[in-house]
Amino acid sequence: MRPLAAGMAVAATLAIAAAPAEAADAARGEQLYARCAACHALGSDRVGPRHCGLLGRRAGSVPGFLYTDGMKNSKLIWNEKALDRFLAKPMAVVPGTSMTYDGVLDAQDRADLIAYLRKADAGPECARR
Amino acid sequence: MSFLTMPNPAAARRLFLGQSGLVLSGAAIALLAGNDALAAKTQGGAATDIQILNTALGAELEAIAAYQLGAESKLLQKPVLDLAVTFQGHHREHADMLAKTVQKLGGKPVAAKAKYDFPVEQLTSQAAVLKFAAKLEQGAVSAYLGAVPLFGNRDLAKAAASILGDEAMHWAVLRQALGEVPVPSAFMA
Repeated sequence: MRPLAAGMAVAATLAIAAAPAEAADAARGEQLYARCAACHALGSDRVGPRHCGLLGRRAGSVPGFLYTDGMKNSKLIWNEKALDRFLAKPMAVVPGTSMTYDGVLDAQDRADLIAYLRKADAGPECARR
Repeated sequence: MSFLTMPNPAAARRLFLGQSGLVLSGAAIALLAGNDALAAKTQGGAATDIQILNTALGAELEAIAAYQLGAESKLLQKPVLDLAVTFQGHHREHADMLAKTVQKLGGKPVAAKAKYDFPVEQLTSQAAVLKFAAKLEQGAVSAYLGAVPLFGNRDLAKAAASILGDEAMHWAVLRQALGEVPVPSAFMA
């Protein structure tokens, strides 16, 4: 195989490996969300901002929450694609973020987490807030 | 001589400590409290290391406040109350050392919030308080696990890992107190 073709084959393999293998599972995402509990909650601001209302929200926009300049100036809108990128490597996507976390490396884990956040946003805990 | 071939566990432990020179918590505390070479070793990564330490400090300060809430709730009975106060003390030690290290690196440590927004309406029994504390401790283990690889200064990574070990023990003991399997898996994420 020529080098270029070999490189493309490797890139294609990596792309397949990075994609979620199965449909997103919100129930599994809820279990994974336990990883976030030191800093985040659905309905209240903690070390990190609340997650109710996250999908569709402009980054750095929860009233009263003290964001870093990096997050305030990121111009991100938290759609599924942006969340997936950020969760994979927070400090690379938003340099200076206070989410000093290496990242959720597994694409299926990220998809499940995002599915949980979407489901939770429509659930009772977020409805109360 | 192998760790496994020692005649009894106490001898094995003495051998391990004697040969490795490691008493991890002591090493971590010494590092955080008084190593004057710290800033020099961190060099260009200091800003990132300060941010990592400050995020950890913010979480530790919140944990202290959470345990205070639990201790004052009148829901915790001895010996669970003593356990909560002991764990709160550990978090105070973590916070104190993290703050000192941030200062040593030339940063400004984050301060405790004037008010924390905890789900007090859900904390109506001892079990509920323990579950809330266990959730925070599990999250803390994951947070430190996610922070350890990011430090520019590997000594800070080692110190953070020693805190991680302490938080993992808290989590296991709280699960035990709740009647749950204390160590539910071989790996943490």
